[in-house]
Amino acid sequence: MKRFLLVLMLAAGPALVAANQAAPTDLDPVANKRAVELSQQLRCLVCQNQTIADSHAELAVDLKNQINEQIRAGRSDREIIDFMVQRYGDFVLYKPPFKAETVLLWVGPVALLVLGMGAYFLQLRRRRTRIDERPLSEAERLEADRLLGLGKTEDSSK
Amino acid sequence: MWRYLAPLAAFLVLAGFLYVGLGLNPREVPSPLVDKPAPAFELAKLAQPDQTFSRDDMKGKVWMLNVWASWCTACREEHPLLVDIARQGTVPIVGLNYKDKPEAAKQWLAQWGDPYKLSVQDPVGRTGIEYGVYGVPETFVIDKNGVIRFKQIGPITPKVWQEKMLPLIRQLEQA
Repeated sequence: MKRFLLVLMLAAGPALVAANQAAPTDLDPVANKRAVELSQQLRCLVCQNQTIADSHAELAVDLKNQINEQIRAGRSDREIIDFMVQRYGDFVLYKPPFKAETVLLWVGPVALLVLGMGAYFLQLRRRRTRIDERPLSEAERLEADRLLGLGKTEDSSK
Repeated sequence: MWRYLAPLAAFLVLAGFLYVGLGLNPREVPSPLVDKPAPAFELAKLAQPDQTFSRDDMKGKVWMLNVWASWCTACREEHPLLVDIARQGTVPIVGLNYKDKPEAAKQWLAQWGDPYKLSVQDPVGRTGIEYGVYGVPETFVIDKNGVIRFKQIGPITPKVWQEKMLPLIRQLEQA
């Protein structure tokens, strides 16, 4: 167990270090924090499943430099994000915006959940009414008693 | 009846989505630049580094901007097609030599042929960012008013050239 934990910690180490890593810059700590936060919101288009903060692809490095440059030029976060979207499209955003083309993406899972829950409860209710629907006939009641060992049938006397 | 058909219908819908998804290329990111003015640039020429060339020098012409580099293997793939297009004089091609060393770039052109009206240098990829370049080669078809009308990401294939780009260029030239 101890060894397993050690392995786990060793495996997690690089990820923890990498997460806070950014290209060395001459930005002050506050601006640098902004640069890192921005780069975590943007997708690396070369690797697609990484943010540009996590990626070492050349384009990601260029875009990080671009962010630093624009921060230095006094642009706001909004302006920098817009700059990227204008050139690379919504796809560059790790969190896609809510609009007509992305409604299914955002609402889909919730809609499926609601649909599924609805179907489930409907099914439950239907099952209950089905069970409650009809009282047992005399023969069925005796059979049930016999199976439960309650009835005074010839079997139970043995 | 319904209870048997419902799962089947659900499965078919899911299978349909997955089937369509298989045919999509995740690398083909729709460019927001299509139908927008081509970003301005003014860059040093590859052949005469002391002279510059700008987007506006192509005003009034239909032209193609081809992003290439000597280190880009896929560029070699599309190169014969570009040389062919240049030989037929269909449309002027301007090369954006992306993040390359001028010496390596010139040698590459000497070796494989130079289909470009001229190439300009983008050594740090700043103009590449303006054009939303993320995979070299990329090719932009730009109309007489300097508006981007088509973007090809990756090598131009003969099929794309014949079916999309050439008809578009013909049409733009009529305008």
